Amino acid sequence: MKVTIDGKEIDVPKGTTILQAARMIGHEVAPPAMCYHSKLKTSGGYCRTCLVKVAQGSTANPNPMPKPVASCRTEVMDGMVVENFTSPEILEARKGVVEFLLINHPLDCPVCDQAGECKLQDLGYENGSAATRYEFKRREFEVIDIGEKIKLHMNRCILCYRCVKVADQITDGRAHGVISRGDSSEISTYIEKVIDNDFSGNVIDVCPVGALTDKTFRFKQRVWFTKPVDAHRDCKKCSGKARVWLKGEEVLRVTSRKDEWDESEEFICNDCRYEHKRKSDWVIEGPSPVNRNSVISQNQYQHLNELKVQIMKQQKALGFMDLNKKP
Amino acid sequence: MGSEVQGTQTFDKAKRAGLKFSEEAMTTVQTIISHYPDDKRKSALIPVLHIAQAEFGGWLSAETMDYVASIIKIQPIEVFEVASFYSMFHLHPVGKCVFEVCQTSSCWLMGGEDIVKYIGKKLNLKVGETTADGLFTLKVAECLGSCGTAPMLQCGASYHEKLTYEKIDKLIESYRAEGKQKNYTDLDYKNTL
Amino acid sequence: MGKKLLIHNDKVPGIQGLAVYRQHGGYASVEKALKTMTPDQVTDEVKKSGLRGRGGAGFPTGLKWSFLAKPEGVARYLVCNADESEPGTFKDRYLMEHIPHALIEGMITSSYALGAKVSYIYIRGEYFYVARILEVAIKEAYEAGWLGKNILGTDFSNDCYVHVGAGAYICGEETALLESLEGKRGNPRIKPPFPAVAGLWGCPTVVNNVETIAAVCPIVVNGGEEYAKIGIGKSTGTKLISASGHINKPGVYEIELGLPVEEFIYSEEYCGGIRNGKKLKAVVAGGSSVPILPAELILKTAKGEPRLMSYESLGDGGFISGTMLGSGGFIVMDEDTSIVKNLFTFARFYHHESCGQCSPCREGTGWMEKVIKKFINGTANESDVDLLWDIQSKIEGKTICPLGEAAAWPVAAAIRHFKQEFLDIARAKKFVDVSHYNRLNKVAV
Repeated sequence: MKVTIDGKEIDVPKGTTILQAARMIGHEVAPPAMCYHSKLKTSGGYCRTCLVKVAQGSTANPNPMPKPVASCRTEVMDGMVVENFTSPEILEARKGVVEFLLINHPLDCPVCDQAGECKLQDLGYENGSAATRYEFKRREFEVIDIGEKIKLHMNRCILCYRCVKVADQITDGRAHGVISRGDSSEISTYIEKVIDNDFSGNVIDVCPVGALTDKTFRFKQRVWFTKPVDAHRDCKKCSGKARVWLKGEEVLRVTSRKDEWDESEEFICNDCRYEHKRKSDWVIEGPSPVNRNSVISQNQYQHLNELKVQIMKQQKALGFMDLNKKP
Repeated sequence: MGSEVQGTQTFDKAKRAGLKFSEEAMTTVQTIISHYPDDKRKSALIPVLHIAQAEFGGWLSAETMDYVASIIKIQPIEVFEVASFYSMFHLHPVGKCVFEVCQTSSCWLMGGEDIVKYIGKKLNLKVGETTADGLFTLKVAECLGSCGTAPMLQCGASYHEKLTYEKIDKLIESYRAEGKQKNYTDLDYKNTL
Repeated sequence: MGKKLLIHNDKVPGIQGLAVYRQHGGYASVEKALKTMTPDQVTDEVKKSGLRGRGGAGFPTGLKWSFLAKPEGVARYLVCNADESEPGTFKDRYLMEHIPHALIEGMITSSYALGAKVSYIYIRGEYFYVARILEVAIKEAYEAGWLGKNILGTDFSNDCYVHVGAGAYICGEETALLESLEGKRGNPRIKPPFPAVAGLWGCPTVVNNVETIAAVCPIVVNGGEEYAKIGIGKSTGTKLISASGHINKPGVYEIELGLPVEEFIYSEEYCGGIRNGKKLKAVVAGGSSVPILPAELILKTAKGEPRLMSYESLGDGGFISGTMLGSGGFIVMDEDTSIVKNLFTFARFYHHESCGQCSPCREGTGWMEKVIKKFINGTANESDVDLLWDIQSKIEGKTICPLGEAAAWPVAAAIRHFKQEFLDIARAKKFVDVSHYNRLNKVAV
């Protein structure tokens, strides 16, 4: 099936969604996504950040779709023409979505443990406004433990449902879910229960914001001062392929490996995640690939030269003085 | 819910609390379950929660939800998710008679706000509160489909429509005399005063 | 006097019971369909009738039926949407309460057409007592052989059950209704797939409103063409209108589509004019979600033609000067009504009823309510009007289900037609509820 996204054409198999097709083309056309997760069935559709305009439904039915559609949940049709970054109305709609996601979200990134690896932070930076128009009190919840090693900071939750889908799809007997409704909705365990199973820690990895965090790592270190490496170990419960976050010789935390879209490649067990915090527990494969634009890459020296060249180019273009040149 | 982790054992408070449907209620529950395919028992959840709420004190405690989960054979969290979504399920104790006064457009146009104020003054209640004797709770509700007979309130299964202050006086008097818990499932509902 | 097909017998004593209902021609459609027609012929008659969904969307019923997937060996379901929760609408309740068998009969005939062996009536929880009435009617129908195995000695068997909800407007949205019927939270599903392909428990399902299903009976008995003769243009047949607000005779009226709005409001046969000799200010013609129109635009279109009670005429002028027939929830406001305060009740409603699944609706409905509350508190600024406009525009069309639009449209329309009222409050920094005179003493005891 041929589909055109922002003027770029690609052939994809039937059943591919617009978002998947866009990701195949590349970052320049791929819409941002907060609630979609490629390893979780029926994920997506909730956050509405990946809305795109379908300017032509298909070759057979060239009519445009009347409303923007969630690209993560809409399958392509042969001859479909999609507008994402090229559509001013989509950019405006996305700006609206970002604003909605932020009106009840604390604007305190400097004290949030997710800072530096937060999808909402990136999204707000790229699509949001500089100031908020929301003048009312934000929703507030207590910070609670919902598992022995999992902290829930509900104020930060954007209700992406990813953690609920992890519990449904990779663990037995889901113990947490979404309760209440509307803007009172919250992630909660059943009264007095906790999430406890071998794969429960994955809810942390799929959380796009700082709502679910790893208690064993919380506030130990800013993520950009750590060095992520891909490593593996023999594990009977999972593949043992993980990302190990180092500070010197110390293992500060273990997570699943994320792909270039920040989505877990494979889920890991709690044994790997919590119980193997010595460097010798792991066979280190090498530095993890980190997006050049991520703040984490400041510790990833392979990008540094490239970055310097870029910055100099930009400064030149803006008429900055070349600080490296001697007067 | 405190910040202390409570451990990992399965709570089975329902068993400890000895909750059990009456024989009559159990028959109704079984009939309801029979309305759905065998592997779709979960469909019976909402109707069964109504019966549970009526049977066990007019609200859904954790014990009640546990018990319903065991009957429907689902996880307790699934019950909690549903019970907390729908406005007719009370997750905290309420009075025997819950006055739900409609406040949406048509009822507002016809004086619904005055009804709330009047009941509040008469029973010395704020919205959401229950009288000290545990008899009356005052709540506001969104459109209950009684727009042509506004203003109105619902109490249990009964719709009380075209309300006036006099009607409210009589209503409170008669409910006080009865002193009975009013449920949505009641068969002896009266839709007029 | 317009033609009546649905509630013409509503005042007949005992019509709630099967015997009297039968004496007045009840269950004739089941007899005719099962004995003389194939299921496809029934669907054809519904197509010919031009019947459109009476729940609010106005989608052609016959077409909806024809979309139903019919894979071998997979059960199909008919689900009646009796979740009537659109503010201003109470016609389904009236129909079910007064003539419950009209719905049961329609369920059986429609199930036959669709090949559904089991059907459910999903009724809103607050209508518990109406559910009781339906259950009694269903029991009677089973005992008389209208439901159960081999109805009228044919191969057709049909079971019908009532399923009560528990208080959630969103369950009127068909996929949320199906979720709720499956015992889950009423979160609308992401479409496609549509229920016609994967509905209840993943099986092909048709979801129809109470009035739509009841209308199938006269269509089958008299023929689709006869039905199509009633009404005007593509608005065929009759429609139940729930009239409320500041009128002399609120209630449910069955009208022939095409009736002039002016006649509906002022004639003695219908609403009987505005109460207390007041003037008409505005009307919400099709339930809370459709755009409010000021008196001059509800009585006449922008072109100056008389506005009629039909899908097309009420829609004339688009949202700039028109509105929608919607569910037929007709709310009338007199000259003393504060449009801003009325809007506040709508905004509070949608905030309360948002399921919370998608971000624009979850966050936007609450935000709109809070901004409108500023006007009620007299603390709003002029710029808040623009802010409101911007918020609603960012909800509309961006959500999973139509609740986003339903919440956005009333706000947009109130600003479009009554902006001055907002500005007056913002400038005066004071809100006086002029509409808040003592109405209660005027209500007949």
